[in-house]
Amino acid sequence: MNAPLAGYNFAYLDEATKRMLRRTILKAVAVPGHQIPFGAREMPLPYGWGTGGIQVTAAILGPADTLKVIDQGADDTTNAISIRRFFTRVAGVATTERTEEATIIQTRHRIPEAALREDQILVYQVPQPEPLSKLEPRRAETKRLHALADYGLMHVRLYEDIARLGHIAKAYDYPVMVNGRYLMSPSPIPAFDNPKMHRMAALQLFGAGREKRIYAIPPYTEVRSLDFEDHPFRPIRAPQACALCGSRESYLDEVITDDRGGRVFVCSDTDYCGTRVAAQKGVA
Amino acid sequence: MYVAVKGGERAISAAHAWLDETRRGDPAVPELTVAQIEQQMGLAVDRVMAEGSCHDRFLAALAIKQAKGDLIEAAFLLRAYRTTLPRFGASEPLDTGAMRLRRRISATYKDLPGGQVLGPTFDYTHRLLDFALAAEGAPPPAAPEAAAPVAPTPRVTELLAREGLMQREAAEPGEPGDLTRQPLTFPAPRDVRLQNLARGDEGFVLALGYSTQRGYGGNHPFVGEIRVGHVTVEFTPPELGFPIEIGEIGITECQMVNQFKGSRTEPPQFTRGYGLVFGHGERRAMSMALVDRALRSAELGEDVTAPAQDQEFVLYHSDNIEATGFVEHLKLPHYVDFQSELENLRTIRAALARDSMAEAAE
Repeated sequence: MNAPLAGYNFAYLDEATKRMLRRTILKAVAVPGHQIPFGAREMPLPYGWGTGGIQVTAAILGPADTLKVIDQGADDTTNAISIRRFFTRVAGVATTERTEEATIIQTRHRIPEAALREDQILVYQVPQPEPLSKLEPRRAETKRLHALADYGLMHVRLYEDIARLGHIAKAYDYPVMVNGRYLMSPSPIPAFDNPKMHRMAALQLFGAGREKRIYAIPPYTEVRSLDFEDHPFRPIRAPQACALCGSRESYLDEVITDDRGGRVFVCSDTDYCGTRVAAQKGVA
Repeated sequence: MYVAVKGGERAISAAHAWLDETRRGDPAVPELTVAQIEQQMGLAVDRVMAEGSCHDRFLAALAIKQAKGDLIEAAFLLRAYRTTLPRFGASEPLDTGAMRLRRRISATYKDLPGGQVLGPTFDYTHRLLDFALAAEGAPPPAAPEAAAPVAPTPRVTELLAREGLMQREAAEPGEPGDLTRQPLTFPAPRDVRLQNLARGDEGFVLALGYSTQRGYGGNHPFVGEIRVGHVTVEFTPPELGFPIEIGEIGITECQMVNQFKGSRTEPPQFTRGYGLVFGHGERRAMSMALVDRALRSAELGEDVTAPAQDQEFVLYHSDNIEATGFVEHLKLPHYVDFQSELENLRTIRAALARDSMAEAAE
């Protein structure tokens, strides 16, 4: 473990702020899927770049933790590097790129392919915690709709897709019902990842810094993607196999290789892909 | 064979080194000192203190230097520093009636107790580029100095209130709200609205104030008074139980006098739009006062129809640190979402193509 940055408390935030955050997190765990307002602090990274996730991670991080940070499924995307560096600087904790070694995984836009365990926590960065925001911009009003569990607006929105296009056209940030009570934004993960949230063994925490909301899904909680009996939810992925590891199950990034229509598909989860490639080499 | 690009970590380090180099510019040109910025870019320092929500001229000047003169970036640096400071409590209310004035003007009375004091203002300058400033020279001659006024300078709105023509503000009990500790909730009380506007983006608040003048929620404002100067800050430490002076700060206060038709419970009278900001910031204080009054529409029983009267619209979008972060986050990678949209669009297009082929076959 490196020595944390001089002049700053462990994990940057002062202990009183961490206590406020932990109380908010406990409340969020107690009411799965319900957005809890909190006094988000101004962080040294910009709003919209993961300040909510960073505050949640800072509140739960201990010196013995091993942190993994991913953005778009990858450990080596610039903002993931920046956030990992931040915690290395201010907390001096061990970091890893291996999903199975991490005790806390902070993520933007993906859930790792490997199933997570009870002793792991997944922290999501959330740009817009309000699933109804595109349908009703006023928070005073959406708060009322949540209180009444009045989610007709969202059902109509999904139905309109079916009427116009033949199926639901929401490809990411696909709304879910948590514990049969609250409509929740899963953050802008691809709809492909939604089923992983259902009865996940790991605790899932969601931090929205700019919008100042935290919510949570406790382990083994029911999480259902919104759908209709005659139009069941279907996750989307590119039909190709990964060009590196050959996986036909993982979520793929499309990479343009030239200006003549050349493209390859590779796993978005770099650890999953790397582990498979290493195993294949080991066998060969 | 495709190989994934690596090396983001080295790229970030190199980019930051380049940033440092461009900040310094041509090393043949002397480096700016923080003191020079603080003294000679005073209004930029004031804006950064206001939007950075931290009254410290040295830190604001340092932030401007570090941000290469990008004032929103500078305010962000100052806010990120401010958030690490302990919060001791709330000061006693400032007595702006006892302000040590550099400037005080009223647009509602030709003359009034304490008089009109123009002070150091751009007003009535002719905006002609002064090429003499391009040459370094001796400092300008000292401005002539009048004798300090002995008469007190009561606030214009207080004169009106004594006559019963200006609505009195009800004092709210307890400490004022602090949106750096508690998130916004709606309807937001006026203390929190004022805090939000005082730290809000000058351009945004200016445009909203302007929109009220052009008919989007207007209230026939008059500048009752603008005063610029220094006030003493008093704080009551719990262990003492009485207020002590802990320093003074430079502020600008604007009180707008607005018409009010009256309601069932209140006679027709003037109402107040209030602006108070760190440093010398008349544009900011005046815009704030216009928007403050517009945001009172609901409580005064007026129709809420215009953007400037809409609490959620104004208060959720005024903060330029939040706004710039979220607008600029669009440059972060969105491969995953974009990929899901691509597959989605391809699926829809394929289905449409199948349908039209089937139709053509029929």
